[in-house]
Amino acid sequence: MRDIESAGSTPFVIVPPRKIWTKVLGAIVIILLALLVRAFWVGDIAWSYVGDNLFAPSVLKGVVGSIVMTFCTMALGILLGVIAAIMRMSDNPVLRNVSIGYVWLFRGIPALLQLLLWFNLALIFPTIGVPGLFSFKTVDIMTPFVAAFLGLGIQQGAYTAEVVRAGILSIDKGQTEAGLSIGMTPLRAMLRIVLPQAMRVIVPPIGNETIGMVKLTSLASVIQYSELLRSVEDVYYVNSRVIELLIVAAIWYMVVVTVLSIGQIFVERHFSKGWGGHRPTQPAQQTLAEEAA
Amino acid sequence: MDALITAVGLQKFFGSFHVLQDVDFAIAKGEVVCIIGPSGSGKSTFLRCINQLERIDSGYVTVDGEMVGYRRDGHRLYPLSDGEIARQRQAVGMVFQRFHLFPHKTVLQNIIEGPVGVLKRRRTDCVQEAKVLLKRVGLAHRADAYPGELSGGQQQRVAIARALAMKPKAMLFDEPTSALDPELVGEVLNVMKELAASGTTMIVVTHELGFCREVADRVVFMDAGRIVDSGTPGEILENPRNPRVKNFISAVL
Repeated sequence: MRDIESAGSTPFVIVPPRKIWTKVLGAIVIILLALLVRAFWVGDIAWSYVGDNLFAPSVLKGVVGSIVMTFCTMALGILLGVIAAIMRMSDNPVLRNVSIGYVWLFRGIPALLQLLLWFNLALIFPTIGVPGLFSFKTVDIMTPFVAAFLGLGIQQGAYTAEVVRAGILSIDKGQTEAGLSIGMTPLRAMLRIVLPQAMRVIVPPIGNETIGMVKLTSLASVIQYSELLRSVEDVYYVNSRVIELLIVAAIWYMVVVTVLSIGQIFVERHFSKGWGGHRPTQPAQQTLAEEAA
Repeated sequence: MDALITAVGLQKFFGSFHVLQDVDFAIAKGEVVCIIGPSGSGKSTFLRCINQLERIDSGYVTVDGEMVGYRRDGHRLYPLSDGEIARQRQAVGMVFQRFHLFPHKTVLQNIIEGPVGVLKRRRTDCVQEAKVLLKRVGLAHRADAYPGELSGGQQQRVAIARALAMKPKAMLFDEPTSALDPELVGEVLNVMKELAASGTTMIVVTHELGFCREVADRVVFMDAGRIVDSGTPGEILENPRNPRVKNFISAVL
């Protein structure tokens, strides 16, 4: 009280805090980073090899291989994930349990192991086909691409199923009822009304998973699929410049991931139509008593 | 009297809670019936049973002479498929307490979703009709707005237009003004009065006794899962015979 009285008619002046420790901390971090960069610069890395190989045709082919595999596996994963999520929420106990079993099995086995299983499917089934109609040799079908596509895509579907289910659960059941009330079947209400809204919740974690998948495709190198890691390995087996070529691969992974992160912003913007600005204020929870009233 | 909607001996349980106890009801074409009663009396559940949003445990409902949810063969009832139930629901429009507009679609898209997406009618025709409906609820200028940009009263009027776009034989209103700020209640009630005046068959669950008095042909009082009394607004609201109705009315007024 006394402070306020003694200020009299002179206006108060707000003095910003000096934040001296923020500046000191910033300086320390910059120095440490500079030392780290210097260590790599003077270390035994022939940077010219990095530059020479960054745009080498075989490396670029590997980049394309990784990108193609990421898109194919995520497409399969999202398709399977949406189907599994809808099955999981079905009234039909058979569909529900098939979905639970799928997620349990393919989330439980390491991705690398699944890749090897698919790639070596010929050891279990030498031929694939419908008896009497057609038949193929499994080794001919199960190319590195197909094995990686199935192995990574199917296990991705198991993860995506849970993401999609979380998204569906986040939508008020009044939305489904509104759809039903204008004559939609439950499936149509799910596909037209609930899922598009659930996408708002689903897209950020799917973006996360896609970025994870870019890096997970490197596992396909063990079954001879020509993705990025495999392509730089092929180069350093010849010239022995291991670190230089691993840096090349790291740079490309960073580039792809950065581009995807930017793309995600646009996808999110698309699915947040109608949510920009002010949301209607509605009570989030509705008690059973209110419902029964 | 030829009934458009009838309910016979409806029973409904939520777990061990007996929500509807032997409810018998009928509404004629063009009639406006208001259902009043204390919270938890089963009013909304009854409405939701008519539209098959709740499953009935016993008894049955007919809409325009057709049994709802089942195909009858002698004394056996066979449950209908999702598609057939969806077709039956088209005959009855529903307006919810909390609007439930589709937030990812514009006002116009909300209204044509049913006729275009479900009834597979021509889009241009439906857009024309939607504009007429929007004019009728006083929102012709907000066709391209998203629901999130509208006030509660405007959202509820769009929800009414969305239900009307299916050209239903009857309209169900589940406490349409209970989630609204007091100053927005009037605009929604006015739209409903206009609907009633134009001969729409309506069942309205509401706490707005003034609206009942002015618009209803008949008022039904429900308590503890039963229809306790029903009659003209004068009989129920002005001179209630039943002591439970009398208590309720005097508590609300």
